[in-house]
Amino acid sequence: MRREAPNSLADYGPLLYPAVMLVVFFVVPFSTMIAVSFFKRDPAGFYKTDFVLDNYARFLTTFFGSVLGFSLMLAVLVAICCVAIAFPFTYLLTKCSRKVQTVWLVCLLSVLSLSEVIIGFSWSTLFSRTAGVTNLLVAIGLMSEPQALLPGFGAVLTGMVYQALPYTILVLYPALVRLDPTLLEAARTLGSSPVRAFFNVVTPALRNTLVATLIMVFVFALGSYLLPQILGRPQHWTLSVLITDQAIYQSNMPFAAAMAVFLVLISLALVGLTLLVGRKENAA
Amino acid sequence: MSEILKGGISRRTMLKAGVAAAGVLAMPAVLRAQEKSLKVGVYGGYFKKSFDNHIFPEFTKATGIAVESIAEPTGEAWLVQLEQAARAGQAPADVSMMSQVATLKGQATELWTPIDISKIKHGGDLLDRFINKYPDGRIAGIGAVAWFITLVTNTNVYKEAPTSWDALWDPANKDKLGLLALASNSFLLEVTAKTFMGGTNALDTEEGLLKAFDKLAEVKPNVRLWYRDEAQFEQALKSGEIPMGQYYHDVTGLAAADGQPVRSTFPKEGGIQDSGNWVISRASKKAEEAHVFIDYMSQPSIQGLMSRKVGTAPTLKKDVLDLKPEEFAAVSSDIEPIIPRYDLYTTKADWINEKWTELIVG
Repeated sequence: MRREAPNSLADYGPLLYPAVMLVVFFVVPFSTMIAVSFFKRDPAGFYKTDFVLDNYARFLTTFFGSVLGFSLMLAVLVAICCVAIAFPFTYLLTKCSRKVQTVWLVCLLSVLSLSEVIIGFSWSTLFSRTAGVTNLLVAIGLMSEPQALLPGFGAVLTGMVYQALPYTILVLYPALVRLDPTLLEAARTLGSSPVRAFFNVVTPALRNTLVATLIMVFVFALGSYLLPQILGRPQHWTLSVLITDQAIYQSNMPFAAAMAVFLVLISLALVGLTLLVGRKENAA
Repeated sequence: MSEILKGGISRRTMLKAGVAAAGVLAMPAVLRAQEKSLKVGVYGGYFKKSFDNHIFPEFTKATGIAVESIAEPTGEAWLVQLEQAARAGQAPADVSMMSQVATLKGQATELWTPIDISKIKHGGDLLDRFINKYPDGRIAGIGAVAWFITLVTNTNVYKEAPTSWDALWDPANKDKLGLLALASNSFLLEVTAKTFMGGTNALDTEEGLLKAFDKLAEVKPNVRLWYRDEAQFEQALKSGEIPMGQYYHDVTGLAAADGQPVRSTFPKEGGIQDSGNWVISRASKKAEEAHVFIDYMSQPSIQGLMSRKVGTAPTLKKDVLDLKPEEFAAVSSDIEPIIPRYDLYTTKADWINEKWTELIVG
């Protein structure tokens, strides 16, 4: 079958629906946010229509810079951890029987039904001194007394990886299932060990999928708002937490909007950079 | 995602959003039959439910004025809605419960119809701090509900109740405190000023504020949790995971009555008293009924009823109230309270907020 380029207006018809949805639910709200980010804040009221750069200027300090840096670093780390855990896991899963796969996938889907609130509070209980997992370690004699494992960076990371892992696995699963088994068979025939075949054949074959998954988890983790608050100390709060403080508690919509625009731009730039690097490597 | 749900999760605000829709839908039909009516905006959730159950029916019985209660949305969104509606000559609610900072912000645009205190029979019995005035002396708002934030402890961990806010600074309490996460809801600057600097007047100048920030920075190593979500701290306090902190006096009292090992203490410097006002939108054509309403709400018997049923601190002087000593102690104290410097959160809001964030995050 040959694909013809659309040549009449009607050929573009099917595009209309997604285009309208995109405009209504993305372009309009996002443009509003950009507009508000230039409005003038009125501390005694709300905001006035205006064009000022104060909101962006206020953001350009080492303080907000370091919060932004932390948020990005956390999101990257969550993405790497998720893929590092999910990729081998999903690979092994696809080697299991159909029945086992179904059970695992149903369990993973059920984890998705948990809200961030439930995940946050569950981990905060698990990591607590009074009711947490360290009590088990004490019971079997590995520790002398129970300890609180939160608040801390480890707790935040654990919670966020836990939350993003099912998504990661579900994104990787179709690609790994469809992976041509003859590739591996060839590698094994040529004398490669299973581990070596996994790293030298499976991983490069799925590089684009892996990069796409990393980006998805990164974006997903970047918006995290609740888990850093429940499981972390203030220095582990992400930019999203500060945006919410400004928007909800300080009624400073212009500043909140400016921070949000900045966050979106930075993450878009990072995603673009990743794709660019990937393309160059593919071409090379 | 559920970002919206996670939004304003401070106690008073979170409750407001909750039951909102149901109440709004249910009320009007019943009340349309009556002639005189009044739309009253109250914090949604717990407050609205309590008022609908215990207070408004009594008011209608006594005055013949039907009340349509409206659940106010969180934060200052209601102020903005009232303001925009008033510009169009509309009043979504005739009388509203309004936070102190929002009342001040509304004053800036003359949003509130001045209240004639002579129409409030017990106007003279109101505590001064519950009369909110325009700079020129006209009355913008009258105290509606008040509550205390006090020093709370887990009784298993602290056998003796602390007596002063300076316990927060005690190095022995390292990593043991739960405090509210924002300057404008924890009021810890005021606590610092009252405890160490002779009173909240010390915060008049920027220099004084910086001193308070410095002193407050010493608390940081003791803080395990800076909370926005009350459930988070309440649970940790009950279990002893975080055995000390600041929390709401009424809720802590209820938890203690349930047998939980917690106690609320009014430190010798006083508890922090936060409150909301009744204000009348300038677009309302029912100022007359609104005065009747505020008059009714400010009676000693109704203030007593509210303390017993809703758990709010009375806005009237203690000697005119019919509360038994233990009923009074459940919602208030004789110790002079720490009154937040609400003016700071309108005039220096951004500066304080930024310093504050840098203090606890940095």
